[in-house]
Amino acid sequence: MRVGIPVEVTDGELRVGATPKTIKRLIKQGFEVSVEKGAGVSANISDENYTVVGAKVIESAKELYANSDIILKVQPVKETEIDLMHKGQVVLSYLYPAQNLDLLQKLADKGINAIAMDAIPRISRAQKMDVLSSMANIAGYRSVIEGANHFGRFLNGQITAAGKVDPAKVLVIGAGVAGLAAIGTARSLGAIVRAFDTRLEVAEQIESMGAEFLSVEIEEDGSTDSGYSKVMSPAFIEAEMALFKKQAAEVDIIITTAQIPGRQAPKLILADHIAVMKPGSIIVDLAASSGGNCVLTKNNEIYTTDNGVTIIGKLDQLPSQSSQLYGNNLCHLLDDMGKAENFKIDMEDDVVSRAMVTYDGKVKWPPEPLPVSPQKPVIEAVKTKQITPPTAAELARKQGVSMLIKLAIIGAFLYLLALVAPPDFMQHFTVFVLSVFIGWQVIWNVSHSLHTPLMAVTNAISGIIIIGGLLQTRDDMSNIMTILAFVAILVASINIVGGFMVTHRMLKMFRK
Amino acid sequence: MISSQIQTASYLFAGILFILSLGALSSQESAKRGVLYGIIGMGIAVLSTVLGEGVQGQIYIVIAIAIASIIGLLLARKVEMTSMPQLVAILHSFVGLAAVLVGFGSYLDPETQAMVGTAHTIHLVEVFIGIFIGGITFTGSIIAWGKLEGKIRSKPLIYTGRHIVNIILVLICVVSGFMFATGQGPDGMIHLYVMTGISFFIGIMMVMAIGGADMPVVVSMLNSYSGWAAAAAGFMLGNDLLIITGALVGSSGAILSIIMCEAMNRSFLSVIFGGFGSAPTGEAMAVEGEVTAINHEEVAELLNNAKSVIIIPGYGMAVAKAQFPVHEMVNRLKKQGKIVRFGIHPVAGRLPGHMNVLLAEANVPYDIVLEMDEINDDLPTTDIVLVIGANDIVNPGAQTDPNSPIYGMPVIEAWNATDVIVMKRSMATGYAGVQNPLFFKDNTSMLYGDAKASVDSINSYLD
Repeated sequence: MRVGIPVEVTDGELRVGATPKTIKRLIKQGFEVSVEKGAGVSANISDENYTVVGAKVIESAKELYANSDIILKVQPVKETEIDLMHKGQVVLSYLYPAQNLDLLQKLADKGINAIAMDAIPRISRAQKMDVLSSMANIAGYRSVIEGANHFGRFLNGQITAAGKVDPAKVLVIGAGVAGLAAIGTARSLGAIVRAFDTRLEVAEQIESMGAEFLSVEIEEDGSTDSGYSKVMSPAFIEAEMALFKKQAAEVDIIITTAQIPGRQAPKLILADHIAVMKPGSIIVDLAASSGGNCVLTKNNEIYTTDNGVTIIGKLDQLPSQSSQLYGNNLCHLLDDMGKAENFKIDMEDDVVSRAMVTYDGKVKWPPEPLPVSPQKPVIEAVKTKQITPPTAAELARKQGVSMLIKLAIIGAFLYLLALVAPPDFMQHFTVFVLSVFIGWQVIWNVSHSLHTPLMAVTNAISGIIIIGGLLQTRDDMSNIMTILAFVAILVASINIVGGFMVTHRMLKMFRK
Repeated sequence: MISSQIQTASYLFAGILFILSLGALSSQESAKRGVLYGIIGMGIAVLSTVLGEGVQGQIYIVIAIAIASIIGLLLARKVEMTSMPQLVAILHSFVGLAAVLVGFGSYLDPETQAMVGTAHTIHLVEVFIGIFIGGITFTGSIIAWGKLEGKIRSKPLIYTGRHIVNIILVLICVVSGFMFATGQGPDGMIHLYVMTGISFFIGIMMVMAIGGADMPVVVSMLNSYSGWAAAAAGFMLGNDLLIITGALVGSSGAILSIIMCEAMNRSFLSVIFGGFGSAPTGEAMAVEGEVTAINHEEVAELLNNAKSVIIIPGYGMAVAKAQFPVHEMVNRLKKQGKIVRFGIHPVAGRLPGHMNVLLAEANVPYDIVLEMDEINDDLPTTDIVLVIGANDIVNPGAQTDPNSPIYGMPVIEAWNATDVIVMKRSMATGYAGVQNPLFFKDNTSMLYGDAKASVDSINSYLD
């Protein structure tokens, strides 16, 4: 299998589909790797760097495309590039399938099998190939660095001989991967960080990164099965806006990360929020490319408003770092698809089939939704022992027969017993058997963690044998029966009192 | 004085309360109510019996109960949560003793002697069986207590031909039981003595033959016996409440024994009749590799850098009373934002649910305490597993080595975590007497020493 890495033709794209490190891995996986001349220059990787690890450098794109089975790219392919491709070729890149249906059609028409790296389902197994996460991580980090760069003060608080410096306050809106990375970076620079998200489940993650979770008074959970937030109710949005306005006046840097794939970014920072911000404050808008979370954001621009707020709508890509991570994601995907030797497009595979947006001449978009958020834990305190349902009919018949035999034996036994036993006994026996059944049913429901208390409480209850002693006590203490009964009552009572007390003590300790 | 109808109604009510009491144990929230039900039920049962017709010697009854209550309260107050198994065992022996005494009393009762025909025979059989079960429970529980308390060595005492001896003894019992049941008047006393002696002996030998690791099964089995003894007493006295309660307790203990046996992948019979590891099927796999030791500071460093930690406690934690420092460690780690959970093996400790009680004592919230099945899937994504005083329940040999005596027993797959730290006093084997390949794995480090001291020391290095 031959893998080709072309030069990114899109303006402003500095990343590249593979770095020397990832090429090393590809070669280890058994691929032959060719790189177009100058592909890595913008990410500080020279052609020699590539040749050293064993890649072949090819002069022209045309030649590269013609001699590759798999193409690793960053930006969606352009029409000029499609012209160079051939049928059956596999291409891995960002494709934004929701916005680029025309492009998908063209790829399908040409018979190209395209994998949209941005369409990798965000399930646990696919995390290692999730480019959205790896890129968001970089963006989150960079947003803080960029913000700090334009911010005229320290981020951390200091008390120096020259005076006291207050720590900067940073507000992060949206606690996805980018948001959490931003929180972590801002925290490590010493800032006070607050974060907001409509999904209540991330509160814990926010706090785990060391930020304060802000919430509005209204209780509404924005989480959905897709992992992205849903659109909230008007009342909630109103409360949210009020919160942002209050925070805007207080904080020094606002980082917004709210993005929904395939849609306009929600407007979260309005003109009146910016109006109350202190001069010198910063807004870093990570959603600038999809319209911006801030109404005044200009995509790919950094500028300062009239009241001195700098709005950053352009972030450096950290090309060498992001190429490295992106390249790793690609390696993992190729690894999952069977490496060079067993390379196979397995449409049964959840990850591949969802990311494979064109296959065998057809457009495969959109795929069925797949839930990614951790399911809310279902509290299951009661563990019932299930009687295994017979799967095969044979088994069922076998069980039926053995059950019949058992019942027949039980029936015969009861009949024989009834022949000899007095009526009194039969009555007690009925009570006994039914009690055993009740006990059997009740005890299987007892929670595992309560087995020790169960034992202690049944122990206390079995002290009921005291009744035997009570009935046998006589007025005459010299009677041997009374002495026996006295001791029986004594030990049984110790059991009852001790058993209940100790159970009570134990249960008092259990707390949520 | 209350009429016998009212008494029956009270018994029925008490029976219902006992059932509700056990039912309430299905969740932590309702469990406290369960104890209350039990106490009320017991109160009603005792009162309605004492107030019933024909009860004599109330003054002795009151004295006995008063003395016992004081003893019981003191016992329950003083006992440490770590010695819970011993307390439960000794209390079982009391029930067994009471059953024996009640059996003898019932036989000596002039009313019994006056009975004739089948009713008399059946009654005698009931007495005989009641005393037999009571006797086994009595001595068996005392031995179990001794083993748990460390007064009797926990190694199984096994001699050749013990099965034959037991069978002969049981046969003698059956024969003397036959003679006893067919005899008239008080002549049968000698048979009763012989049988009681034998049942005491069987009780002793049965528990002596069982190894320490099987203790949870033994204790729950004795729990079951104490119930059956009470039920048998109910038959001989014709008292339905005793029968109901005895049956409840009996089946409860039986279910616990089954659960424990399943957790160890052993059949109930093999636990009762043989010691652990007494019949190895072949040479156990030789364990290769080197053991890496680690010090407290390094453990703390690993913990400081970890994101998720799972703690697997075992009997060693109970012995060292390390649950309190462990809880402090958990608090510190949680404060650092780490995910900390406990994984509890069903047979960890010496009682079913032993670890849960200890952790509850140390105020560990029970929602981070998970069962083996819940935690096993999460281990591969866990950074650090801390095994505190557990051995066999984390032994990978149970899955990989068909010759291991514990092969097939479900275990917590600690080795799947990135790093495993095993806190242990020495390289000695666990109760199963099996070497643990986990200790030799590359990602495992051993921290020797007393668990409590170790955890305290680690705590001092934590951020």
